[in-house]
Amino acid sequence: MGRRNKLILIGIILLVAFASSVMLIDDIDLPLIGERDGMKLGLDLQGGTNLIYEADFTDIPSGERAGRLGETKRIIERRINQYGVTEPVIQTMGSDRISIQLPGVTEIEEAKDLVGHTAMLEFWEQGGGADAVTEEVKAGDTQVVVNGASRFSAGDIITIGPWQDPWDEKADRALTDARTITAIDQETNTLTLDSALDLDHERGEPVQRWIAASGTIDGEEMPLTGTYLKGASIEMQSQTNKPVVSFEWDGDGAELFSQITGRLIGNPLGIVLDNELISAPVVRSQIRERGIIEGLDVDGARRLSIQLSTGALPVTLTLVREQTVDATLGKDSLHKSLIAGIVGLVLVLAFMVTYYRVCGALAGFALLIYTAFVLTIFKLVPVTLSLAGIAALILSIGMAVDANVLNFERIKEELRAGKGLKPAIEAGFDRAWPSIRDSNVSTFITCVILYWFGDQFSSALVMGFALTLFIGVAVSMFTAVIVTRTFLRAIILTPLARRVGLFRP
Amino acid sequence: MLDFVGKRNWYFLFSALLILVGVVSLIAFGLKWGIEFTSGSTMTISFEQTVEQADLRDEMAKLGHAEAIIQRTGEGDFLIRTRELEPEVRDPETGEVITPAEQERIKEALEQRFGPLEVKDVYTVSSVVAREIGRNAAIAVAIASVGILLYITWAFRRLMKPFRFAVCAVVAVIHDVLVVVGIFALLGGIMGVEIDAMFITAVLTVVGYSVHDTIVVYDRIRENTAKRAGQTLEETINNSILETLGRSLNTSLTTIFAILALFLFGGATIHYFMLALLIGIITGTYSSVFIASQLLIVWQNREIPRLLRRLRPKRALLKEA
Repeated sequence: MGRRNKLILIGIILLVAFASSVMLIDDIDLPLIGERDGMKLGLDLQGGTNLIYEADFTDIPSGERAGRLGETKRIIERRINQYGVTEPVIQTMGSDRISIQLPGVTEIEEAKDLVGHTAMLEFWEQGGGADAVTEEVKAGDTQVVVNGASRFSAGDIITIGPWQDPWDEKADRALTDARTITAIDQETNTLTLDSALDLDHERGEPVQRWIAASGTIDGEEMPLTGTYLKGASIEMQSQTNKPVVSFEWDGDGAELFSQITGRLIGNPLGIVLDNELISAPVVRSQIRERGIIEGLDVDGARRLSIQLSTGALPVTLTLVREQTVDATLGKDSLHKSLIAGIVGLVLVLAFMVTYYRVCGALAGFALLIYTAFVLTIFKLVPVTLSLAGIAALILSIGMAVDANVLNFERIKEELRAGKGLKPAIEAGFDRAWPSIRDSNVSTFITCVILYWFGDQFSSALVMGFALTLFIGVAVSMFTAVIVTRTFLRAIILTPLARRVGLFRP
Repeated sequence: MLDFVGKRNWYFLFSALLILVGVVSLIAFGLKWGIEFTSGSTMTISFEQTVEQADLRDEMAKLGHAEAIIQRTGEGDFLIRTRELEPEVRDPETGEVITPAEQERIKEALEQRFGPLEVKDVYTVSSVVAREIGRNAAIAVAIASVGILLYITWAFRRLMKPFRFAVCAVVAVIHDVLVVVGIFALLGGIMGVEIDAMFITAVLTVVGYSVHDTIVVYDRIRENTAKRAGQTLEETINNSILETLGRSLNTSLTTIFAILALFLFGGATIHYFMLALLIGIITGTYSSVFIASQLLIVWQNREIPRLLRRLRPKRALLKEA
């Protein structure tokens, strides 16, 4: 056979060998590409949870949005990695959404808690303006009457109820409500709050105003926030056997913290997370670099330590879509689609051999090679395989056959026109190529648009389908034209070629 | 030798009827939008024992979800569609759960009444979402059509009037889309089949596939026009169709085998997706041969203006009288 054909044939055999080894060996490690172990399966095939969040950009200038979304995505990635989920897939979608896929995660409430909260840490101290409740209020009320409403201003944060030292085991911390004042009626001394009270409060219970705890750095007054944290971790206290979140300040943070704690000895320091007062321990001594937050259960402490150590999210997130797929449903679907795939493949092969005989058999063989190549690419890229992806794969097998059919019909015509076997084959392939090229390009255009559509619609499923179809069709063009042709060119040199009838349907 | 071209009016009639059924369904039923386009929660539950749908509906109503739409998918399997379920409420200080997620409460209540069950799938979409999706889908189809229009015009640039080829191809595509959408509107109205993101994916795939098919016929027309310059357009197209028929049928058959396998054996989640693809590919093949190519002739012979003129004289008569 021609020298070039021989080279191509060898090349193909090498590729097939490579593909087979990639597919047969589960865990592989290649240079440049890295480690791969097993095929990457989508959520609908292995079970797990998909969460989609939308970012609230209302106060943020449009120039900063993309940057903030990217930063948010990175922080979420760190949080989830620290939490220990294997192989999460976190992507930004469209211009304001983040999609989080957590395979195999069953505790989705935990995951949502971990991810959805901004985790903005602030510190409050008691500001001037201690007052008391003058009229009994019940849980669910949104107003409270005090002695002197003039002590307060709208926007102030107040606590209503006695504050207990959380180190006191017997203390019942569920005695205080922390709220923001939205309106003040000076005449009736009524304060309107931003949300309804959780508890009842009797006459005489203290109403305390809190302000952001701040210190001075280089002459400038700065409030102490979570941005100064160097790190946070969860620890078990040996005396009480309870979990605490231990945090460490960086240089400036330590300076502020020591100023504040120095000032507040004997008074409570409010620790506020996402505008909720979670703890207000009484300061015992001036502390510089470290501190602890106690009073949380193990899961809460773990989450908080992760949220603090990864930093606050630069935007507020709202959960807009949540989907959980049970692992057994996933395995079931995978199983069924594999069977369907094999059945389809067998039917197609049978048809090819029956109708096109030797050409058909060769094309069938090329099809198997095609499947191997495509799966290898999926494993190496890696492309996450979903149910829709498998559908795309099977669809592209149909299209792969199409290219072969085009070639063979042409060859048939050339043979009928009276050409010899070899020239008929060559002419057939040449004539069919424009059809194959043009018709597949239209499919490519559709794939690109589908991919864009999937991104806009935050559907990883649609994007996966588009990508799979694109790869499938591209590889099918390659195998149908180059592989089948090489085989045909090789086989006509064998005695089989003399029985032309075998080649003509 | 079969004459495809001569009978073209029959094909148009058939297509018109098909599309009419679809349009009527659309007007009568509208499209049944799935959960991704509206908001709410869908749960797939598998009970160990047989459960009566009426009892399940009753229980859901007791749990505060009289609006629940319940579909039986198997002996003890149901798909329950409700408005958005409430999430978990935790005590912000202790992290303890005050109210478990509504999903959990419903599961427990159902378990108590109907025995052991398994929640296979939960999908919740908040009302924040359901918006421009329909618009995006239409835009996607439009962009695809334009892209294809441009590409075909360029690919067949050496032919006379390539733009016509492109337009006829796009008309064939739109025809296919209308048929698929129409049939699903009908199914939605009669059987409650829903439209989801995968359906739109199927429609877009059909767009790509339909053009794929049409181009193969066009390619042959291009070749024949160059080779046999003496023939009329009708003869050329007829010959081209005959020559490519074998190939068209074979390709469609192999693709249909593949999809049929998935339709019959694949999981329930892609069932209707496969159906949409199946219908789309069949019409795609049909439209390449019976619509796109025929339209070229209709255009060339100016049959539409002639048709209109035949209708007009009646109006003129009325005026005179």
